[in-house]
Amino acid sequence: MRLEVDISGKTFRSAAGETHEVLAPVSFALQSGEVGVLIGPSGCGKSTMLRIILGLDRDFHGTIARPPEARIGMVFQEPRLLPWRSVEQNVRLAAPDISEAKLSELFRILELEAHRSHFPGELSLGLARRVALARAFAVEPDLLVLDEPLASLDDALAGRLRDEIATLVASRPMMTLLVTHSLDDAVRLGDRLFFLSPQPARILAEVPISIPRGARGDAEIATIRAGLLART
Amino acid sequence: MLRLLSFSLFLATWWIAALFVGGAKLPSPPAVLNVIIAEATSGALFLHLGATLARVALAFVLAMSLGSAIGYLMGRVKLADRLGDPWLILLLNLPALVVIVLAYIWAGLTEAAAIAAIAINKLPTAIVTLREGTRALDRSLDEMATVFAMPRWRAFRHVVLPQLAPYIAASARSGLSLVWKIVLVAELLGRPNGVGFEIGVAFQLFDTPRLLAYSLTFAAVVLVIETLLVQPFEARATRWRPRAA
Repeated sequence: MRLEVDISGKTFRSAAGETHEVLAPVSFALQSGEVGVLIGPSGCGKSTMLRIILGLDRDFHGTIARPPEARIGMVFQEPRLLPWRSVEQNVRLAAPDISEAKLSELFRILELEAHRSHFPGELSLGLARRVALARAFAVEPDLLVLDEPLASLDDALAGRLRDEIATLVASRPMMTLLVTHSLDDAVRLGDRLFFLSPQPARILAEVPISIPRGARGDAEIATIRAGLLART
Repeated sequence: MLRLLSFSLFLATWWIAALFVGGAKLPSPPAVLNVIIAEATSGALFLHLGATLARVALAFVLAMSLGSAIGYLMGRVKLADRLGDPWLILLLNLPALVVIVLAYIWAGLTEAAAIAAIAINKLPTAIVTLREGTRALDRSLDEMATVFAMPRWRAFRHVVLPQLAPYIAASARSGLSLVWKIVLVAELLGRPNGVGFEIGVAFQLFDTPRLLAYSLTFAAVVLVIETLLVQPFEARATRWRPRAA
């Protein structure tokens, strides 16, 4: 499977009637088993780009080619859980066919076992994010989209969750698109990094990481990180 | 406990007022109770209560289902909102009496006319409440359902309906009280039975104990329906919400 993004532009008309250019021409492609990372400053149009790729926003110029049968798993910036359904129901509603064994395995990896019957309002942001992750992986996606999955978590928690995401992403060959403004996320989880400019967003540089994700220890990550910092 | 206290306070006030005003205008609680018992043993009370309740139930269900559907449509589809809005404003401000009299003139003094007239009176408030609820739906959850390719019915049931539940409950509660007020007028004007009919008779005879007997019994029935049906539904619909302090 292959995702091809070819956006030639996107404008936005504000309430005051002014038009803003949100996206400049952007194009890239993603293969199964590959993790693409979109890195850019806050407000550069990353989320707009994601909405276009997901088919939520059709008001743009260009084309998005993804297999119509591709299942999508998505982790939104805010967890977007159903507050009136329990943790387990939230996951099952997105993935009704999931087996009990798979579900237990997911809840174990994401440390959610104790929270199955809790309602989202009773969870901390970190836990709610985990539920959103569980939901996205439960559908066994062909295309996984993560929109700032670690934003506003403290460093220790973000680090742990980052490792859990790495485990889950490695467990399944799928196209993964990660949006982040954190270089830490990118070097730990990504295969190809796309550096975006401030609004209107365009791709400034595409940087592949040659060391496979599984073989990256702390030392390798530090080297890659240093290399990236030297570029910018 | 507090409810019991407030109820006894009400009874005491009534009794004292009755002593001052006199039995013809305001009969004392035991006098009214005697009439209730007499009407109940003859079976007339239950007959009239039953007739009124059946009308309330039918008109309520009709207005709620139709009103919810139209309100949801008007909240979702801009064109429907534009087309329906003038009619909605007209219906909202049309006096109940006009609707009832016209219904009786056009459809005769029939059961269908009475129920339709009551339902039409309740309809616009249901529409307005549900339209407001639909407008307040969380778009981000809709997007979530779209991205995860939830089938329409599942998304409606688990994503949309729980958000509308408080609005449906509010509309049911206000609607029930509205229907209960209007059903008596409809019965008074054109039905040969029901609490409204009995109150009309009592009015013509200036029979205050009988008037109070019927009104209070029905008020009690409404109270029971509220606590046993509407409130539990509301509590269930909002159980995921953190409790108010």
